[in-house]
Amino acid sequence: MSVPSTTPRPVAANSVWPQLESLLPQVTKPIQYVGGELGAVVKDWDAATVRWALMYPDAYEVGLPNQGVQILYEVLNELPDVLAERTYAVWPDLEKLMRAHGVPQFTVDAHRPVRDFDLFGVSFATELGYTNLLTAIDLAGVPLLAADRTDADPVIVAGGHAAFNPEPIADFVDAAVLGDGEEAVLEITAIVREWKAEGCPGGRDELLLRLARTESVYVPRFYDVDYLPDGRIQRVVPNRADVPFRVHKRTTMDLDAWPYPKKPLVPLAETVHERYAVEIFRGCTRGCRFCQAGMITRPVRERSITTVGQMVQQGLEFSGFHEVGLLSLSSADHSEIGDMCSGLAEQYQGTNVSLSLPSTRVDAFNIDLAQELSRNGRRTGLTFAPEGGSERIRKVINKMVSKDDLIRTVVTAYTNGWRQVKLYFMCGLPTETDEDVLEIAAMAHEVIKAGRAATGSKDIRCTVSIGGFVPKPHTPFQWASMERPEVIDHRLKLLKQAINADRSLGRAIGYRYHDGEPSLIEGLLSRGDRRVGAVIRRVWENGGRFDGWSEHFSYQRWVDAATEVLPAFGVDLDWYTTREREELEVLPWDHLDSGLDKDWLWQDWQDSLSEYEQDDCRWTPCFDCGVCPAMDTEIQIGPTGRKLLPLTPVNGLKLPAGAQQ
Amino acid sequence: MRRAGVPVAFSQGFTPHPKISYASAAPTGVASEAEYLEVGLREPVDPAALRAALDAALSPGLDVLDVVVASGGGLADRIEASHWRIELPEVDPAVLAAAVATFTAADEVMVERMTKQGRRTFDARGAVITIDVSGPPVTPSVAPAVPCAILELVVRQVTPSVRPDDVLSGLRVVAGLEPPVAPKVIRLAQGTLTAQGAIVDPLDADRDGATIGGR
Ligand code: B12
Ligand code: SF4
Repeated sequence: MSVPSTTPRPVAANSVWPQLESLLPQVTKPIQYVGGELGAVVKDWDAATVRWALMYPDAYEVGLPNQGVQILYEVLNELPDVLAERTYAVWPDLEKLMRAHGVPQFTVDAHRPVRDFDLFGVSFATELGYTNLLTAIDLAGVPLLAADRTDADPVIVAGGHAAFNPEPIADFVDAAVLGDGEEAVLEITAIVREWKAEGCPGGRDELLLRLARTESVYVPRFYDVDYLPDGRIQRVVPNRADVPFRVHKRTTMDLDAWPYPKKPLVPLAETVHERYAVEIFRGCTRGCRFCQAGMITRPVRERSITTVGQMVQQGLEFSGFHEVGLLSLSSADHSEIGDMCSGLAEQYQGTNVSLSLPSTRVDAFNIDLAQELSRNGRRTGLTFAPEGGSERIRKVINKMVSKDDLIRTVVTAYTNGWRQVKLYFMCGLPTETDEDVLEIAAMAHEVIKAGRAATGSKDIRCTVSIGGFVPKPHTPFQWASMERPEVIDHRLKLLKQAINADRSLGRAIGYRYHDGEPSLIEGLLSRGDRRVGAVIRRVWENGGRFDGWSEHFSYQRWVDAATEVLPAFGVDLDWYTTREREELEVLPWDHLDSGLDKDWLWQDWQDSLSEYEQDDCRWTPCFDCGVCPAMDTEIQIGPTGRKLLPLTPVNGLKLPAGAQQ
Repeated sequence: MRRAGVPVAFSQGFTPHPKISYASAAPTGVASEAEYLEVGLREPVDPAALRAALDAALSPGLDVLDVVVASGGGLADRIEASHWRIELPEVDPAVLAAAVATFTAADEVMVERMTKQGRRTFDARGAVITIDVSGPPVTPSVAPAVPCAILELVVRQVTPSVRPDDVLSGLRVVAGLEPPVAPKVIRLAQGTLTAQGAIVDPLDADRDGATIGGR
């Protein structure tokens, strides 16, 4: 029996709200736990046959805007007999109180215990959410190890980019989905619905088996990993009949048929992004060799200009947002980006609606685009990512942009009124030397000099932002060794000195960087195998939480856990990170099929070492990366030649239907 | 505002801001039945239609009760005092009454709170106009078996503002009152203060004008 509460919303029968409410005044930012956002859906529990709890394993402020979760949430809730609710990582202050008062991990929509759901889907954009996954499972009252779970526990499904190598969390999740989720969640839902309708024959094991047989849901427990005496993997093989040798990624084709999110969530609390984001395409074939996202989301599938226009109109009207983000891996590459930006800018002229492109390639940017983006007066930040400091290293990573291009583009931005641009680079790339990194300073100096000359003003700045390179599965760099943190930190120090060597220029250049240490741990997690699960667990037991936050991340905790746990397996932290792999080594994710042909990846790795550049298959012939034939997909790009449909401007107050005046 | 299609006026300048100002907003985690805000518009709109549109655009539980045309003078100047009700579950009303008596008898009760400017010490007694222990509420929000003391509080708007939690700190300072469960605070009214200590709806002044206009 639940206690009556002062909340104005109806309290669901299994809600933990009455117990939770009295804890909220004692924690920071309690509003993140109350739900009630515009766009949130609360359905009748008993009327649903399949129930999903969806999680972004980070704080609400980061997790709420996540597109992946919002899309799946909406797709699932559109089905009449399906219910989907959301949960996020709770901060340690609330975690402590929840443990003390026996309040389980809950959803924000109707505050129901996560353990009550049939499925618990967790979206991993980054590996740094793994410890938060363990917190959530444990707080939910679900056994940490998949092997210990019973029919009373939800099936835990991992998705998102990090799920392309779920081996480090293989002990903790029941299943993983590679690739696009729209159709995958529907297929999983259908399997669960049918199994429940039949009276749950065979229990949890049978359900997992049915999922595995689809060949697109990976169920780790049905695969055995054998190791060689030296610690490398000998082979990964199914241990059950009917379970496929390889599990394939999902690709949602025809994005116009999936125009989500239609009803974006509008938070009451502050979050990292408050904007209506539309993916204008998926996939990227630029072929940057470090970029896992580009490799695993092939081929390119554009959303048409007309669908984008319609989504923007409806999304803004529904949400009241005044910023539109045109998302993709390289937004300026859309075949109709010019018309799209000018059309949208025109439609929203004088309305304070602003446009932003999160990822702008240096070479595709041009004056028109810059002007369209600034048309409504507000200039959102501009970031360019040359990634490598020297021409040579840019050939290694296949980031085909010349220094002249970069300077020309940035000067264009300055002459169009931008006072500040951000340049993004990586440190620790394969074959990198101190000199490659020091060229970043020279480039930044030239940018400022050219900018000053072009604008006649000293009031221009650039920020150089450096991230650590992390080799990722399913990329040509999956075999590469990582550089040691000391080497990275030394290079970053040299770079700082070089930037400030000229005082006048140095003052106009901001410098932001990540230390080498967190990258090394990301490297452990991204290319780890099942043995790394024990490290994650140890770190979590020792208090590891929110590893994506520098104020919570502890390098020492990870090193200590690795030192305690890994020697028993005959390996260590270096073995996973700074060791270069050989061509024939069985990689932990070889049985997970991203469509990329391993031979092609190896060839691209060799091409990288010989500084050979690979073109883009959108504009040059197919170079046989393997994806399209393996996945039965094709490039879907425009131009469609269509224009944005003219909008009838909506003026005046929007009254609810039947409003009394 | 945007969802309701309100023609909000914007400030001039490089980053224009919508002209919306809140008068003495309730602190986080505190319920309220009486919040006020002022909005500058680009063009006149019908107040009743504006109320309906805003109310429809907001989440359930955030209700817009009334909209009037400002007849001059800032809203902030009309917020002189605030009426709070504090429910203290598991506190014996007699104990609370004794604590209140000690508090009232004092000339000054210094309390501490973290503000944006850092830790500050200030008097929580001076601003308190009335502080009464009342009987059980008409609609108790906790199960009747649990004893519950209720505090009715009228506090003058001062700087730094004295909030309900400051008065509770004051009760702890003077009488060692430590509520075992987090108190539930709700603002019932705020507005101008009459000589008798009653709170008058700050929109009343504008409402008179609106009546003449034939609303
Ligand atoms: C917007 C964005 C951000 C935003 C917002 C993040 C957020 N709350 O969502 C901010 C700025 C905060 C951000 C931060 C970071 N980001 Co970011 N970000 C993006 C960006 C541009 C778009 C992401 C997006 O919305 N994609 C669209 C959605 C629909 O795709 P999706 O989430 O993958 O979901 C689909 C599938 O994966 C699947 N799916 C997802 N979850 C689940 C769950 C289940 C159960 C199932 C079945 C399926 C499923 O279904 C979805 C629909 O098909 C991408 C680039 C890109 N275009 O993808 C980079 C990107 C994801 N970010 C990246 C990185 C590195 C980061 C940071 C780590 C950067 C840093 N060093 O701080 C942080 C991490 C933040 C965090 N703690 O999570 C990388 C990931 C690298 C990788 N995996 O190789 C990307 C790919 C950019 C890149 N090219 O490097 N990011
Ligand atoms: S298979 Fe060919 S066309 Fe398809 S993504 Fe790979 S290179 Fe491009």
